[in-house]
Amino acid sequence: MTMYLGFLTIFWRDMIRFYRFKTLLISSLVQPALWMAFFGIAMSANFNRLTTQIPPIPGVPTVDYLTYMAAGVIAMTTLFTSLFGGIVILFDKNWGLMREIFASPLPRNHIIFGIALSGMTKSFIQAGIIMVFAIIIGAQFFAGYTIMQTILSIAGILLFVGIFSLGFLFLSAAISVSLESPEGLQGIITLLTMPIFFASNALYPVNAFPPFLQAISLVNPLTYLVTGIRYFAIGDNFQAIGIHYTATPASIALAFFFLILFALLMFALAWWRFGKASVT
Amino acid sequence: MSGPIIIVRNLYHRYGDFTAVDGISFDVEEGEIFSFLGPNGAGKSTAINVLITLLKLQEGTATVAGYDVAREPQKVRESIGVVFQEVTLDRDMTCREILEFHGRLYRMPPAERRKRTDELLSLVQLENKRDVRTKHLSGGMKRRLEIARGLMTRPKVLFLDEPTIGLDPQTRTRMWDYIKSVNEEGTTIFLTTHYMDEADNLSDRISIIDRGRIVTTGRSYDLKNTLGEDLVYMETDHAERTRAALGEMAEVREIQEKSRGIVAMLSGDGTKLLPKIMENLSARGIRISVVNLKKPSMDDVFLHFTGRELRDERSEKPSQAVSNAGSR
Repeated sequence: MTMYLGFLTIFWRDMIRFYRFKTLLISSLVQPALWMAFFGIAMSANFNRLTTQIPPIPGVPTVDYLTYMAAGVIAMTTLFTSLFGGIVILFDKNWGLMREIFASPLPRNHIIFGIALSGMTKSFIQAGIIMVFAIIIGAQFFAGYTIMQTILSIAGILLFVGIFSLGFLFLSAAISVSLESPEGLQGIITLLTMPIFFASNALYPVNAFPPFLQAISLVNPLTYLVTGIRYFAIGDNFQAIGIHYTATPASIALAFFFLILFALLMFALAWWRFGKASVT
Repeated sequence: MSGPIIIVRNLYHRYGDFTAVDGISFDVEEGEIFSFLGPNGAGKSTAINVLITLLKLQEGTATVAGYDVAREPQKVRESIGVVFQEVTLDRDMTCREILEFHGRLYRMPPAERRKRTDELLSLVQLENKRDVRTKHLSGGMKRRLEIARGLMTRPKVLFLDEPTIGLDPQTRTRMWDYIKSVNEEGTTIFLTTHYMDEADNLSDRISIIDRGRIVTTGRSYDLKNTLGEDLVYMETDHAERTRAALGEMAEVREIQEKSRGIVAMLSGDGTKLLPKIMENLSARGIRISVVNLKKPSMDDVFLHFTGRELRDERSEKPSQAVSNAGSR
């Protein structure tokens, strides 16, 4: 027998629910677009006005703020969706549905894989929507790329989004299986998202951060995701808000490696928590 | 396989310093319907959760379908079906999807899964609810769907934890018929219940469980017979003399004092013995004000063996609270 694909069963069920809860489906698709439409346009108008004073660095292509922050919105949406992705485990536990699964021969790590796969799928869908919407409202993604380069860049973005979402989905699954109530999860997620989101380069450069914030941003997976997305969507040499951004394949590989490491650590955490969990 | 399909020896289970299961041993024979009868909090659910591998075995041994619960939980899981005490159906999945999901969890091949789904939906008469989400089903339909799910993989043993709790009398009787027909197809059934009539009606053998211990085990008929063939309840103007008089009669097996009257367990046919008893008492000048003759019920059996009424739920505390608390 070939590789056992039991996690696809968990994936299948979670996708049925995703599709069936129309409000959830629609809000999760519309919400990132709303971020782009309101926050993006408002902030980029401000930033563009403020940065007219700053003399551009000669010989480096300039990107506007909308383009700059669109990468951050993709990252932010992936973060939120992934952190909430494990909540289904908590609901299943509370409603007793997890007992059916725990009493079945399905290995427990397949529950983790299944939830991670469906969470990742949702993130891919959302990232795709934001990219299309961002380009429609004027973000200069893939400017001057050939079709082949564009396809490769999209693949690169999805690779980064995928591995990043896995890490936070594992974390979310680990928290969910350890908790008793959805309210607790809500609280923990709020506590986690603040530092992760704001101590990152998603919406503004980290260069002017005080040292301790810079330190956080250096171990912050979100920073590495945003760096990856910008590299693929904008390029390896550009300036935005007066800051000169450069990247090399090696630095991007390092960022990717960091995200893999994070995902592996979070998987170990989830594995441990699932091993401890008892559902009766 | 030969021998009992479930073998349990000296099983203990504790939550902190509370002992929920206090050293039970029993066998379940292949093909029978076996009941755990006891009040809430007696340790029935805890015992069942150990047997279905949801709780880790702490002390003692248990084998299900030939597999050791502690060492081969995976094999045990593959051999059993479970219907839990509370409804465990995803409200937003259809009946077909519920069965499909279950079949996939147990790695059934697609063709067999589909065939079995059709068979079972018709067995529990839910064919026309096939594509209806479970939130639109009635309580009885949900229970039937859960039983169908428990049977999806043709398990050797089907565990039913309080299968008719919260159902109306009519639905309960129908549910018993389903359970019996499932058993007739060859599935061994292990059920827990706190309903006397359920244990009495359904099971081949019953274990009465109280405060974590098995008080007695036997066939319903035999259990009732240990109380004698008939029970006579009487109220008289002189309880002590009545006791003495009854105690002298060879046909009276045992006497129990009630708040107002006396119950005598008779070893013979009560319809014939009752006139004799009444003559005997009036000959001694004892006036009888109330007389009642009845066959022993499971209620009487429970009372006899535990000294408590089954409805007495003062003992209800830990197992319910603990199992609702989920993981620790």
